[in-house]
Amino acid sequence: MLTISLNVNGKPVSGEIEERTLLVQFLREHLKLTGTHVGCDTSQCGACVIHVDGVSVKSCTMLAIQAEGCEVTTIEGLASDQGLHPMQQAFKDNHGLQCGFCTPGMVMSGVDIVNRNGSDVDEATVRKELEGNICRCTGYHNIVKAIQAGAKNMGAQ
Amino acid sequence: MIENGIGASVRRKEDIRFLTGKGNYTDDVNVVGQTYAYFVRSPHAHATINSIDTSVASSSDGVIAVFTGDDLAADGIGPLICGVNVTGDDGEPHKAPAHPALAQGKVNYVGDHVAVVIAETLDQAKDAAEKVEVDYGILAAVTDTATASDDAQQQIHAEAPNNICYNWPFGEKEAVNDAFSSAHKIASLELVNNRMVTNPMEPRAAVGDFNSGTEEITLHLTTQNPHVHRLVLSAFNQLAPEHKLRVVGPDVGGGFGVKIFVYAEELVVGWACRKINRPVKWTSDRTEAFMADAHGRDHVAFAEMALDEQGKFLAMRVKTTANLGAYLSTFATMVPSYLYAFLLAGQYSTPLIYSEVKAVFTNTAPVDAARGAGRPEATYLLERLVDVCAEEMNLDPAEIRRRNFIPVEAFPYQTPVVQCYDSGDYPAALDKALNLADYEGFSARAEEAKSRGKRRGIGLSSYVEACGIAPSAAVGQLGAGVGLWESAQVRFNPTGNVQVFTGTHSHGQGHETTFAQLVTEQLGVPLENIEIIHGDTAKTQFGMGTYGSRSLAVGGVAIAKACEKLIEKGKKIAAHALEAAEGDIEFAEGNFSVTGTDKSMNIAEVAFNAYVPHSYPEGLEPGFDENAFFDPLNFSFPAGTHVCEVEVDPDTGVVEIIKYSAVDDFGRLINPMIVEGQVHGGIVHGVGQALLEGCQYDSDGQLVTASYMDYAMPRADNVPSFDVDYAPTNPPDNPLGVKGCGEAGAIGAPPAVINAITNALGIKHIDMPATPENVWRAAQAAS
Repeated sequence: MLTISLNVNGKPVSGEIEERTLLVQFLREHLKLTGTHVGCDTSQCGACVIHVDGVSVKSCTMLAIQAEGCEVTTIEGLASDQGLHPMQQAFKDNHGLQCGFCTPGMVMSGVDIVNRNGSDVDEATVRKELEGNICRCTGYHNIVKAIQAGAKNMGAQ
Repeated sequence: MIENGIGASVRRKEDIRFLTGKGNYTDDVNVVGQTYAYFVRSPHAHATINSIDTSVASSSDGVIAVFTGDDLAADGIGPLICGVNVTGDDGEPHKAPAHPALAQGKVNYVGDHVAVVIAETLDQAKDAAEKVEVDYGILAAVTDTATASDDAQQQIHAEAPNNICYNWPFGEKEAVNDAFSSAHKIASLELVNNRMVTNPMEPRAAVGDFNSGTEEITLHLTTQNPHVHRLVLSAFNQLAPEHKLRVVGPDVGGGFGVKIFVYAEELVVGWACRKINRPVKWTSDRTEAFMADAHGRDHVAFAEMALDEQGKFLAMRVKTTANLGAYLSTFATMVPSYLYAFLLAGQYSTPLIYSEVKAVFTNTAPVDAARGAGRPEATYLLERLVDVCAEEMNLDPAEIRRRNFIPVEAFPYQTPVVQCYDSGDYPAALDKALNLADYEGFSARAEEAKSRGKRRGIGLSSYVEACGIAPSAAVGQLGAGVGLWESAQVRFNPTGNVQVFTGTHSHGQGHETTFAQLVTEQLGVPLENIEIIHGDTAKTQFGMGTYGSRSLAVGGVAIAKACEKLIEKGKKIAAHALEAAEGDIEFAEGNFSVTGTDKSMNIAEVAFNAYVPHSYPEGLEPGFDENAFFDPLNFSFPAGTHVCEVEVDPDTGVVEIIKYSAVDDFGRLINPMIVEGQVHGGIVHGVGQALLEGCQYDSDGQLVTASYMDYAMPRADNVPSFDVDYAPTNPPDNPLGVKGCGEAGAIGAPPAVINAITNALGIKHIDMPATPENVWRAAQAAS
C-alpha cells in the first residue's frame, strides 16, 4: 500500500492505495467522484478524461501514484460559484448530450481542445481532436456544435 | 399559448446533473458492505465441462463465495427465457434449448458464464477467478450463419436438429411464384446484414441488496424496462416474488435495445446477494460487453423482385437465414420474424410478398433486438434490391421509387404482410429530400470529383418502420408472452407541483423534458413545477419500458389520459368552489373558469382543495392523483427518405460522406431539438454499420473483435454534420398524432450509404461494412 497526496478540484486529498490503482479508480472509488466514467478497458472511449495540471488525460491510462502532487480537475470541479463553465453551458444550449455517459469526458476534452486551438477552432479540427472520445447517442453533430459554441464563450470570458 | 409546451425546443431538464458529474448510473451506486462479483467465462466457443474445481479460488484472499451452475440449480433459480413464440413450418413452437445462467455441463460460446467469484474487492475476485480450474472437452464450433444448418456441422443443442431454431414461411408462396413466372424482369440480390455489437457507452452493471428483515431484494440494473426485468426475474427465474423484488434502473447510459434483456449476470447478482446476505456489485468491462451482451443483425439473405414493363413491382420473394447465437435471448425469436418480414413491403404497393426465414443456433453470443430490430434488416434488403431493380430497368432510383410508392390517397393501407399503415406521404418526403440534397446538381458535382480522381456517388433510402410497440392483442396473437400497453400516474401535490410517474424509461431520449412539455401543454402547470419520475418499480405503478420507439407514442398517451382524468375531476371541484354547474366549467391554460363569467380558479388551487376538502363536492373522493393505462390501437409508422452523397478514393478505398440529408415523417414533434438529436444519433449508428462495424468470430468461435481497438465504432471525424427536415403526416391511430423517432436513422442510413457507394463505383453490390479494403477491392474488380 502507498499513500498519495494531490489536489483534486482545488482541494488537497490523500489516500492509501494499492500500487496498481488507476487514477480513475482512485477518483471513483476512494474519493467517490463518480462523474468520471469508465466506458472501456483499452483507453479508447474517453469517458474518463480529466485534466491533470491543466492538460487532458485519460484517467484510466495513469496510475494514481503518477498524480502525486498534481492538480487534478474532474467534471465535478469545472463549474464555479458563478454557474456552469461556458463549455458545460454550450453543451446544454446545443443539446450536446443524450444519455450523459460520455459527456464528462466530452466536456473535459472540449475545454482542452479550446485551450490548445483557440476560440475560433473550426469544425474539422474539433472532429479530428475528438478522435479519442466515443459517443453512441448524439452522432457527434451537436457535440461539435457545442464545442465550437463553448470555444466562443470561453474566448469571450 | 402555453410556454414550453408542444413544439418548443426546450433545453433539457436532465442536462445539469449529467454536465456536472451528478448523474447516478448503476456503477455509481455503492451500498455499505458491498462485495464484488466477477464471472469466470468460457474461453472456448463450444465445449463440455468435465469438472470445475473451485477449491483454490474459494480459499483465496478476500473470497466470500464461488458459485457454479449446480448452486443455482439447487436453489431452483433459472433458466433464462425467451418470451415470444414463433411457430415453425412443422407446426411446432420454435426450439428453445435450456439457457442456464451459469453453465450446466456445457458451454456454447466464448464468454459463456461458467462460475461467479464473489470477494471483498474486485481485484480479489478477478485474482481468484483465475484460480477456478475448469476441465473442458473442446468440441467443433459453428460460427457461420449461412452454413450453420448444413448436415456436416457440429450439433450444438440436442433439442434443435441441424442447429435450426425455426423455419418460418410467411406469405402466399404460389401466387408469388406465379407472378415471377410471368414477370417482365426479375431483379435479384444476395446480401449479408453484418453482425453488430450494440455498444451503449455505459457497460451493463448490477447491484443487488437483500434485506433479511423484509425479505426484499433491491436490484439496481442497467435496464430499459425495470418492470419487465422484475416480472421475468420473478415469474420465470424464481428470483423472488414480484412484491419482494424492487428493480431500479437509475440513470442508464444508452440502451439501443441491449438493455431490454434479462441477462445471466443480473439473475446471479440478485440471487447471490441473498445467498451470502451481503450486497453484491457487478460491472461489465468492455471486453465482457463485447463477449456477452446480446449482439444485433447477422442475416444472410437472397431477395428477388418481379417487375412489369413500367418497373412496377409485381411480387417479392425473400429467403433469409438469421443467426440467433448460442441461446435464445429474451426477445430473440421475434426479431428476424415478426419485426422483419412484416416490414418487407416498405413504402411500396408490391401486392405479393413471400418470405422464408430460417433461424439458426451458432456458437456465438446470443443475438437479439438492436436499434431498429428487424426493421433495419428489412429496409436494407428492400432498399438495396430497389436500386438493383432501377439498374435492371434503366430507371433513376428516385423514379422507380416514385412509381411504386403507396399513393397518398390509399391510406389507411393494408400491406400484404400484416401491417396496416395509418398515414404517410412518401412522395412528399422524397421530393423534399431530393431538394435538400440538391439531387439535380449531382452530376455536375460527380464530374468535378472525377477531375480530381475521385468518384462521387449518391444513394437513396426510402424507409418505413413499425413503432409504438405495440397493440397487446396483436402481439398476443403472434406469440408474445406479455401485453405492450403503457401506464402513467399524474400526481398533484397539495402545493400545486406535479409528479408524473411513467412506466417508460429514459436512457438518453430526454423524457424528463418531452413528457413535462406534454403535461405543461395539457394542464398549464409551468415546466419547472413538473417532475418526471421513471425507472423504479417501487415508485412507478407499472410499465413495459422503452424500446421500439414506443415511449411517446404509447407512454405519452397514457400520461395524456391521466391528465384528462384530472381535468374532469377538477371541473367538479371547481364547479363546487365557484358555485356553478359542472357543465358550465371550461378548462384552458391551467384555469378552470365559469363560461361567460370572469370567475375562475387555477388548477393548483383545485389541487389544494382536493387535498384540503373542507368545502368539497359531496361524494367525490379527495386527492388529485390519477392513473391511466393505454394500449395502442395500432403500431405507428414513421417513414422518410434519406439521401447520402459520398466521395470514394479509388486508390485507397476510403469513403467520405460529403453530405447526408434526411427528411422524416414522425407525425407531430413535441421537442424538435430532441427529435433532431435522435435522428443524428440514429444516422451515425447506421453509418457505423455501413462503413465501419462488423463483429467477427473466427472459425474456432474466438471473438476477434472484442475491444474498441478491433471493432471500429464511428468517431467524430468519420461523419459530417447533417441536414435534417420533416414531412409530417397526421397518424389517425395515435391520439397524440406522434409516431416515434429513435430508430429512424439506424434504419434509413445503411442502404443510403451503400447505395451511394455502389453508385460511385458503378457496381451492383458491396457488403457492409464497406471498409477501405472492401471498397478498394470492389473498385479494382470493377475497373
